[in-house]
Amino acid sequence: MATVFKRPHPLSDVSNTYCPGCTHGIIHRLAAEVIEELGIEGDTIGVAPVGCSVVAYNFFEFDVQQAAHGRAPAVATGIKRVHPDKFVFTYQGDGDLAAIGTAETVHAAARGENISIIFVNNAIYGMTGGQMAPTSLVGQVTQTTPYGRKIENQGYPIKVCEMLSTIEGAAYIERVSVDSIPNIKKTKAAIRNAFECQLDKKGFSLVEILSTCPTNWGMEPAEAMEWLRENMMKQYPLGVYCDKR
Amino acid sequence: MAEIMLAGFGGQGVLFAGKVIAKAGMEALKNVSWLPSYGPEMRGGTCNCKVIVSDGQIASPDIAEPDFLLAMNAPSLDKFEGKVRAGGTIIMDSSLIDSKRTFRKDVNIVCIPAKKIAEKIGDGRLGNMVMTGCFISRYGKIPLAKVVDCMRRSVSKAKSSLAELNIKMLKAGYAF
Amino acid sequence: MAEKFLMKGNEAVAEAAIRSGCRYFFGYPITPQTELAAYMAKNMPKRGGVFLQAESEIAAINMVYGAAGAGARAMTSSSSPGISLKQEGISYIAGADLPCVIVNMARGGPGLGSIQGSQADYFQATKGGGHGDYHMLVFAPNSVQELVDMTARAFDKADEYRMPAMILGDGMLGQMMEPVGFFEPKEPEELPKKEWATDGTGMKRKKNIINSLYLESEILERLNIERYERYAQICEREPLFEEINTEDAEIIITAYGMSARIAVSAMTALRKEGVRVGIIRPITLWPFPSEIFARRAANAKAFLCVEMSMGQMVEDVRLAVDGKRPVYFCGRTGGMTVEPDAVYEEVKRILKLKTAGGM
Repeated sequence: MATVFKRPHPLSDVSNTYCPGCTHGIIHRLAAEVIEELGIEGDTIGVAPVGCSVVAYNFFEFDVQQAAHGRAPAVATGIKRVHPDKFVFTYQGDGDLAAIGTAETVHAAARGENISIIFVNNAIYGMTGGQMAPTSLVGQVTQTTPYGRKIENQGYPIKVCEMLSTIEGAAYIERVSVDSIPNIKKTKAAIRNAFECQLDKKGFSLVEILSTCPTNWGMEPAEAMEWLRENMMKQYPLGVYCDKR
Repeated sequence: MAEIMLAGFGGQGVLFAGKVIAKAGMEALKNVSWLPSYGPEMRGGTCNCKVIVSDGQIASPDIAEPDFLLAMNAPSLDKFEGKVRAGGTIIMDSSLIDSKRTFRKDVNIVCIPAKKIAEKIGDGRLGNMVMTGCFISRYGKIPLAKVVDCMRRSVSKAKSSLAELNIKMLKAGYAF
Repeated sequence: MAEKFLMKGNEAVAEAAIRSGCRYFFGYPITPQTELAAYMAKNMPKRGGVFLQAESEIAAINMVYGAAGAGARAMTSSSSPGISLKQEGISYIAGADLPCVIVNMARGGPGLGSIQGSQADYFQATKGGGHGDYHMLVFAPNSVQELVDMTARAFDKADEYRMPAMILGDGMLGQMMEPVGFFEPKEPEELPKKEWATDGTGMKRKKNIINSLYLESEILERLNIERYERYAQICEREPLFEEINTEDAEIIITAYGMSARIAVSAMTALRKEGVRVGIIRPITLWPFPSEIFARRAANAKAFLCVEMSMGQMVEDVRLAVDGKRPVYFCGRTGGMTVEPDAVYEEVKRILKLKTAGGM
């Protein structure tokens, strides 16, 4: 009997702890598939953030360092400087990357640090129970914006890809989504491009992945996908923002 | 042991003069310490450093009552004159400070027109080395040859002509 | 160690670190330690190392976390306000059992404070400036030579116990020059391999994880208890101190770092007058050399703690002396230096108290 679907080796043989309908599982798998296909599992060092994916080190078979909130790009910098020939990537959410860790993100890009970042943007803080994120949409209701995000009070959502693509050190910046099968395929291709960018020593690469949080958005998973398409994609257009490969 | 305080404006080479004394002192007397003032005052304001040379252990590198004060401007002399140990020596650049002013009676005063001497030799900016040479002669425990030797060894080939000019200044101050 | 160099404390630490096999330095400019970073910037590239000026103190300490976790000897340095910023990272480094060296050339505080040397970061260094149950090794050298020797020791001990080590100097020590000799350099390749490091599995071993998160409190409690068992061994084996003239001393002055040198000046003057004064100088502040204080309390009549602060180490001295003898304090704060005369006068005052029965 032919095997048509199996667990990629870099993904650990354990159940993950994410909520039903959460897209982290898909993204973990995509990262693991690319690492397997590139044959770099033994050379990979991942960096886990603070947020829902804080325990990502439990779900991968390669070496992982868990970083303080927002500091993953700095930690990855330290690792990469020691092992410039190893593959180093961070896995971060929107609060981690675009709020508390903005400085680390921007400056890693500015240095053209030869690392890759998987940036999961679901417009909310998941692990702490659904507070406003820097990427929450105007009008979006969260625990800390019970009357909706208001420009007068909380200002505007941060467009990470647009911002980072202005930085000379950035080599590959793409925004994708995991709302549908075709987009999941495109996400995998984007992750592959970003990882290859590092292997070719081209500099800083980041893939922003629009994702859902059914639990904290208070929606059914399918409904959440619909909300992503209708609202997030308008604020955060998909596409390649920077490609210097 | 000698405790030496060097003071002047930032840019006069106060810290460098202190280093020259400390380096030669290290070879002549074994133990030295060099403690600079630092911070915004280094930019145009007054600047000083404290050097101790000793054949024994040096306890505190801070100096409360210097044996020698090398004053390269009037504000420094005003500020530190009162701190010099009774019987100590003040060497001051009389081309920059009025030598007709009144001084303490219980210290030795050496008025040397260091900047003018340096100008005559070829570079008015090297008054610090003339002052240093003058100190070496008055102190007497660090041979001038040692200072000259240190100066030659501590500069790169590219700067050897500057070292020779510095040495001329040292010698002029020593002979004063 | 034949050749002696005349070097600033800051530069000597940097050279000692490179000779200890440190090839990764991450820093951020701040007075009065900047010469250390400048020396690294100039020399690391020549010796196969990395100097990186980070975007913040926070980023710098987290780069150290990454590099240390990747198995390298790594270092950062700063002065008081910058060390406050590093506390988050230091807590994580302690929690993840990573070895590294952090240099604090302290200045007056709190807040932006002053830029002159100070010893007001004793509490922060020894009591855990970051959150959680942890310690770091704290070395407090009092000369440029000892800065060099303790930097080498800090790297070795940090590796041995898998924990952060701090060199706690002050602005004066960092800025001053003294003759200094160096040990033979160690190449990073000569150092023992760190089997726990995240340097890629090579598909030959199970994954390594560098982490300080434990969602089950029972596990975290067990790990903290194990760490404290290691700390107990350190407290037994690693305290360092210097004693001068304590055998017959009636009054023992205690001070660390630059204050200890000022205390020596005062002691010399007092001894000339026949006053029986000695000195205990802690060289490690954590572990604190408590035992020697307890021992000397049997014969000495009083202790005087001298610090460039409002009185921080004095609390540990009082704990060590345990009420057996009075412990007095003499200090200056804000970046001011204690003058030997002030120490001299304070000893005289204490002696009078004694004759009046007040001691």
